[in-house]
Amino acid sequence: MSDIKKCDDHVLHKSRRKMLKGLAAGIGLIAMPGRDASASVWEEFFQKHFRELSKDELKGVIARLEKEYSTRYDKKITVKTTPPIEGVRYGYGLDLSRCIGCRRCVYACVTENNQSRTPQVQWIRVMQLDKEKGIDLSHAEHYYNPATVPEKGHFYMPVQCQQCEKPPCTKVCPVQATWKENDGIVVVDYNWCIGCRYCMAACPYGARHFNWAKPVIAAKEVNPNTHYLGNRPRPKGVVEKCTFCIQRTREQPGRYPACAEVCPVGARKFGNLLDPESEIRYLIENKRVFIFKEDLNTQPKFYYFYAT
Amino acid sequence: MKNIWHFYMGTLVLISKGSKAYYCWVLFLLSLMAIGAYAYVQQLNEGLIVTSMRDQVSWGFYISNFTFLVGVAAAAVLLVIPAYVYHWKPIKEIAVLGELLAVSAIVMCLMFVTVDIGRPERFWHLIPKIGLLNFPQSLLAWDVVVLNTYLMINLTVAVFILYNKYYKREPNKKFTTPLLLLSIPSAISIHTITAFLYNGLGARPFWNSSILVPRFLASAFCSGPAFMILIFFLVRKYTKFKIEDEAIQKVAEIIAYAIFINLLLLGAELFKEYYTGSVHLAPVQYLFQGLHGHSALVPWIWTAMIFNVIAFVLFLNPATRRNNVTLVMGCILVFIGVYIEKGMGLVIPGFIPDVLHEIYEYAPSGIELLLSMGIWATGLFVFTMLLRVAIPIMNGDFHVADDGVTSYIGDQLFLVQQPDTINSESEPAK
Repeated sequence: MSDIKKCDDHVLHKSRRKMLKGLAAGIGLIAMPGRDASASVWEEFFQKHFRELSKDELKGVIARLEKEYSTRYDKKITVKTTPPIEGVRYGYGLDLSRCIGCRRCVYACVTENNQSRTPQVQWIRVMQLDKEKGIDLSHAEHYYNPATVPEKGHFYMPVQCQQCEKPPCTKVCPVQATWKENDGIVVVDYNWCIGCRYCMAACPYGARHFNWAKPVIAAKEVNPNTHYLGNRPRPKGVVEKCTFCIQRTREQPGRYPACAEVCPVGARKFGNLLDPESEIRYLIENKRVFIFKEDLNTQPKFYYFYAT
Repeated sequence: MKNIWHFYMGTLVLISKGSKAYYCWVLFLLSLMAIGAYAYVQQLNEGLIVTSMRDQVSWGFYISNFTFLVGVAAAAVLLVIPAYVYHWKPIKEIAVLGELLAVSAIVMCLMFVTVDIGRPERFWHLIPKIGLLNFPQSLLAWDVVVLNTYLMINLTVAVFILYNKYYKREPNKKFTTPLLLLSIPSAISIHTITAFLYNGLGARPFWNSSILVPRFLASAFCSGPAFMILIFFLVRKYTKFKIEDEAIQKVAEIIAYAIFINLLLLGAELFKEYYTGSVHLAPVQYLFQGLHGHSALVPWIWTAMIFNVIAFVLFLNPATRRNNVTLVMGCILVFIGVYIEKGMGLVIPGFIPDVLHEIYEYAPSGIELLLSMGIWATGLFVFTMLLRVAIPIMNGDFHVADDGVTSYIGDQLFLVQQPDTINSESEPAK
């Protein structure tokens, strides 16, 4: 009897101690980032908004981040801040008659953009739709999983950030942590986002994703070529989204976004809307093009079309 | 300055004194708060993954509670208008209780928002000049401004009035009147703007309806005053504070109108959705009937509907309105009914089905429930403490002593069952 009681006491004691420890840690977390924390924690805490950083401050921030990421993943990781290219406004084309629903774009995107593997974060969602019903989302199958695609009687519609000309997500952000750049890409400052998720409620395309837990990526799978506003490793508790692979497309010479590059059937097109000779301009002018949820007047720069 | 310090020290002495019932109640709240704090520590360590929220349903129980409590904070204005605009005496004597309830409700609101955000340590990004408040573009920025304004107005007025009473002075009307008048539009503004916050999103047809603001106001004038009436009955029963039936009846009458308008507006909304029968019907169907076999909210919303209708009948019928037992029943029913309807019933169907018509069914996780319970306990704790100070001051049991420095405490017990002869001039309970 007394043994049992003792044992109970012990457990109680232990759990109570654990709870107190947890409480102390929590209060510490709220109040300050710990006594033994290095100066970089404070630097991060007091970091200004990306667009308010002076050139020198930005240099310091990038150096801090590169060091932090390189230590964490034990390899050299670069963080670029390449600005928009003058005279460029990106546009994306997606050929619904070609897409076979293989989801290679989904996984190429995850690899390229350092999305969390556990829990899984994906910036592209491919829906399987009935040919009979057309684009009727209430019958969309999000988790189709047959041995081979495409399946008879179905077509596929990938959805990702539509890089709206009038983005409802940036308007609602209470701290201006997300905005549209001059080349039309909607970006997030992961060091400024407070994680309120108002933008997720505002986005009509389900394009914004939240880091519900600390993102986990195996060190060998991390893409070391990153951009501050794009695919650099994200902390937990902030929102992230597709940036048309800002780390690739802003280079000169530029590269295609990973999803466009990987597509085995050439359903994905990408280019400069301001260049009359570009492929995307050709598509808009010569194919039957539509934009998703046109009635909301978000003016996407992501054009769906049927080439055949 | 010295006076403020003595007043403050006096209140500390006062709140540490009380009957057994008072101590038990406070300890009970403190233990719930500790549990809530523990749950919050878990959430801070693991991230919001410990909740049931996911990308499809990105706001859940926390924001539902927040939305409901913004409504409860309305209680104050319903007392302020008859008291200070129409100078109706029976309510003027109790208006300060409404202001204190508003303060407690807003404290809960702010806590619910804080626990919902992913990076609470970055709250300073919201402070104008220091951070980058997206004002006037973001409705959430507006909400931050109006909620804090409303909190400050109510806190200032209530404390100012009580402080002066403590020093046996008449509160300076030149100071209180403008603030009290300002608190009326500012109470309206917290509801309007919280409704706009949902209302302005084209992506969510369930919220994108112009009737949302009036619905918010109507339901706020149900839940807040209902809670207020319950508090009046408790205060009347367990403290020496006197509240006239006339005052309670006046508030009950207002609730009757408010429930009617609330039900009418809901009916209008349902008619429009069902008769049109567009794809925008899906969230309403999910809420009231279930959609593609998913129906987690259906029993809840029907409970709310039944409660609201019964409460309406109880408030409408003069016999049941004037009967204290049925009146209390009505208050409890409408409070729960609005809690469901303006909480989970408003927030969750905005996300189900989601913008790509995926259905992810949401029910709060254990951590979410414990943490929310902790916040409710904190709100009630704040309210209890405020009442502990306010009620003796109003009764004349807590004021500055004859030496003008120390405080006189006539009410050592606070919470005690009062004999029925309360209306006769009774001496302090032993």
